[in-house]
Amino acid sequence: MDTIYALATARGKAGVAVIRISGPLACEGLLPLVGSFGAPRVAALRRLRHQGEVIDQALVLRFTAEASFTGEEVVELHLHGSTAIVRAVLDILAQLPGLRMAEAGEFTRRALENGRMDLAQVEGLADLIEAETEAQRRQAMRVFSGALGDRVETWRSRMLRAAALLEAVIDFADEDVPVDVRPEVRDLITVVLSELRQEADGYKAAERIRDGFEVAILGAPNAGKSTLLNRLAGREAALTSEYAGTTRDVIEVRMDLGGLPVTLLDTAGLREASDPVEAMGIARAIDRARSADLRVFLLGGDDDRFDLAPEEGDIVVSGKADVAPVKGFSVSGRTGEGVEQLVSMLTERLTGLSASAATITRARHRASVLRSIGALETALKMVESRNLSEELAAEALRVAIAAMDDLVGRIGVEELLGEIFSSFCIGK
Amino acid sequence: MKHYDVVVVGGGHAGVEAADAAARMGAVTALISLKRDGIGVMSCNPAIGGLGKGHLVREVDAFDGIMARAGDMAGIQYRLLNRRKGPAVQGPRIQADRALYRQAVQTLLSRRQGLDIIEGEAVSFGLDGNRITGVELADGSFLQAKSVILTSGTFLNGVIHVGPERSAGGRVGDPASERLASMLREIAPGRGRLKTGTPPRLDGRTIAWDRLEVQQGDEEPMMLSFLNERPLVRQIACGITHTNERTHEIVRDNLSLSAMYGGHIEGVGPRYCPSIEDKIVRFSEKDSHQVFLEPEGLNDHTVYPNGISTSLPAHVQEAYVRSINGLEEVKILQAGYAIEYDYFDPCGLSRGLQVNSLRGLFFAGQINGTTGYEEAAAQGVLAGMNAVRYAREKDEIVLQRSDSYIGVMVDDLVTRGVTEPYRMFTSRAEYRLTLRVDNADQRLTSLGVELGLVGESRALAFAEKMARLDSGKAAMSAQGFSPRDLEAVGISVSKDGVRRTALEVMAFPEVTRAQIETLVPAVSEISGADFLQLHSQSLYAAYEDRQRAQVEIMRREEGQIIPAEFDYDTVSGLSNELKLKLQRARPESLAQAARIEGMTPAAIALIHIRIKMLSRARQEVSA
Repeated sequence: MDTIYALATARGKAGVAVIRISGPLACEGLLPLVGSFGAPRVAALRRLRHQGEVIDQALVLRFTAEASFTGEEVVELHLHGSTAIVRAVLDILAQLPGLRMAEAGEFTRRALENGRMDLAQVEGLADLIEAETEAQRRQAMRVFSGALGDRVETWRSRMLRAAALLEAVIDFADEDVPVDVRPEVRDLITVVLSELRQEADGYKAAERIRDGFEVAILGAPNAGKSTLLNRLAGREAALTSEYAGTTRDVIEVRMDLGGLPVTLLDTAGLREASDPVEAMGIARAIDRARSADLRVFLLGGDDDRFDLAPEEGDIVVSGKADVAPVKGFSVSGRTGEGVEQLVSMLTERLTGLSASAATITRARHRASVLRSIGALETALKMVESRNLSEELAAEALRVAIAAMDDLVGRIGVEELLGEIFSSFCIGK
Repeated sequence: MKHYDVVVVGGGHAGVEAADAAARMGAVTALISLKRDGIGVMSCNPAIGGLGKGHLVREVDAFDGIMARAGDMAGIQYRLLNRRKGPAVQGPRIQADRALYRQAVQTLLSRRQGLDIIEGEAVSFGLDGNRITGVELADGSFLQAKSVILTSGTFLNGVIHVGPERSAGGRVGDPASERLASMLREIAPGRGRLKTGTPPRLDGRTIAWDRLEVQQGDEEPMMLSFLNERPLVRQIACGITHTNERTHEIVRDNLSLSAMYGGHIEGVGPRYCPSIEDKIVRFSEKDSHQVFLEPEGLNDHTVYPNGISTSLPAHVQEAYVRSINGLEEVKILQAGYAIEYDYFDPCGLSRGLQVNSLRGLFFAGQINGTTGYEEAAAQGVLAGMNAVRYAREKDEIVLQRSDSYIGVMVDDLVTRGVTEPYRMFTSRAEYRLTLRVDNADQRLTSLGVELGLVGESRALAFAEKMARLDSGKAAMSAQGFSPRDLEAVGISVSKDGVRRTALEVMAFPEVTRAQIETLVPAVSEISGADFLQLHSQSLYAAYEDRQRAQVEIMRREEGQIIPAEFDYDTVSGLSNELKLKLQRARPESLAQAARIEGMTPAAIALIHIRIKMLSRARQEVSA
């Protein structure tokens, strides 16, 4: 196994830069550079020397294989964050025998290979590193700490019990097994089904927390959409001008609203367009706006009749508080009037949407959950029908369980038999 | 000195099938048994078949084996278990007359050309390096053989327990073959101990039958063999009674005297066939257990009380048996006993049941950790055919999980090993819907014909049946009927405008044969059995497609080969327990590795990654 190294912090000038080295030669190989190591997990101040020359004064941290991120010997060099120092140290490491630059994700892969994390946790870690907002951090942390695995285990054990009941009736027809297992099977399936449906429903919110909510700003030409967007984003993201129809495409600005990742969409003004290019822009605007999580309708443009009606939860607001004050809620992107109130309304509504967030966060998870739901629905229909075909219901449960296994673990028939034997007295 | 292609040691159900299969394929074969007379004896309960087991019997029959035919010659009660459930989970089961069964087996074997039956005790193997050369008998004679099949049943280091008393021996009255056992310990890896129990045998003349519930056989019995249509001997009924509080009290008070609970037995017993002691300790909340009273024969007054096997002392057995309704005056003919015996870890076998460490030696039956006549017989057929293949220097025949219960069983055994006596259940077969009792011949007989295992008359009968089914299928799928056409004969389907064939419609709930005949008059010429067969096919047609897709996926996974020299010690992150299991089972593919007990997806991922790293490293070296 090679010993690998890489810069663990971002490139560029900074207060501190950390280089991480992992592998069997992490300590031994670095001795010429650091001179000596302190105790494991205790920072030691060392002069880094190469060919008689001092490169930097650094904090050196050493982890043993039993207590490191990768499951291998790990050394961290905390350098002064100058690009020259980092480059010099990386060059020296490249010359050391048995060391090479890590590939992308190689540290995490080694953690996986060494059993330090399971696959779902790796996914969680990836999201954790990507997390930009508080809600993203919390959600990723949940997956990283194994919450998904725990939930799947609960569903799976219920399905396993239901399958075991059916199998007991099939395989031990001649024995002292309960005659009618239907009520319990039905109850078990019903409970799991309702929780899985909740997960599937909550997937959208969880996905949004991961990838960002979309909020579309809509309005007739000249309603002040772009100005408002710029005000919200605090920078000139969308081109604004006094002339109607300036924004011909959908412009996206990512921002953090009360801990939630939000992508604001500035859309082309909604009006009957004579210009085909503008017409395309409008069609696209309507599409994007329709699929967004929330819409802000700005009134006070050239023509306030839209092809798109506000849905429940959408915000309708007068957009030019500065030039044409109206009764009720109004904002102005130019003066900033009402913007704070709009932000808190948006935050409140998005927080409401994110409250239903599922434990599953990825399309892969959702596909498994949906597969399981479909199979459970089939099984339930069979269990509730007058002529129960146990073997077909059991088959459907197998499919449902297999879908869960794709998420975390594989079912063995031994488990199934174990459940049967611990529950019933088999053996005439 | 006679030269054999195949020598089979042991005349139990595995040995009988192995010897007959080898001889059917034209190999010069010998069957060695302690007593000629003991060949084909049913040493435990007088029944054959059941759920999962019935499937195995049918598969043995599909290869033209002995068990189903002999069973039908001795069947005194027929019951199709799960008759009211789907055909995929139905299993035929018979009560057999012990004497008739043994007689039938011996008759069938005696008619087999090229099979010598030798009375004697095998004590040692002849070896040439790591190849087997033959079998040495207790009288000093030596049988030279290209391959040897060992089917020693419970004989290896057999110890019988009745309460605290113990005696050496296989079945009661037989000497144990301990010299062979010590030799095997050097050849085969992983010796373990298992146990099995028997109930006391009762004198039927002392049972108050008139006070007991009666269990009759089926009115339309299903035969074990594809070749038979109706029972060949007189049919009888069984009785049912129940244990009660008093029974349980007696057992509980005497637990310390039980061989098992008194700590005299180290072997592991099966969870699905618990002794009465086990039932009362583990399921203390139940105040009654069923007991089936099964007559052992037409001219035999011995009754086998199924459900109360035990290793309590004889006087306690009498006390608890007599506490049961209808058995108050019963006379015990032979006390129940537990027997402990050696088995060898089946992970040391190939999927053709050849011992990996000694070329030409095959194991079948209880020596591989299984229990049951049917499991033994099924292994016997597989070992028999592969012993011949080996003798003829041909490739091993491997049955897949997707084509037979035999394939499921052998794969379970060689990849997972056993922790208790292994019994077949339908739930072990993931392709259960397509591995049915009714289509065992369609799954396996062609292969049997190809291998030379199937005799002419069966091959002919099979070909005729297939032709009939094909023409029946053709007649029933020639024409599509609209929902209105179907309505006219009283079959209601959703009015979706889709035209359906009679073949599709016949499996709909509540559709009768008469309705199908009205749609397709030619159906009236199809026999009852053939109609049932077509019905089952139609019922599971949709699943057949799906399972075919699954099989495809499995094949792909089977294709991810784990190199033979793969070193699990280099996979960091694998628990020591898993490493040991993997080193023991040496799975050939990732799919097989995944089926090992306790395997986790993370562990599979680790192995997968490691294999990829190794092959990448190899590529880099060669590049």
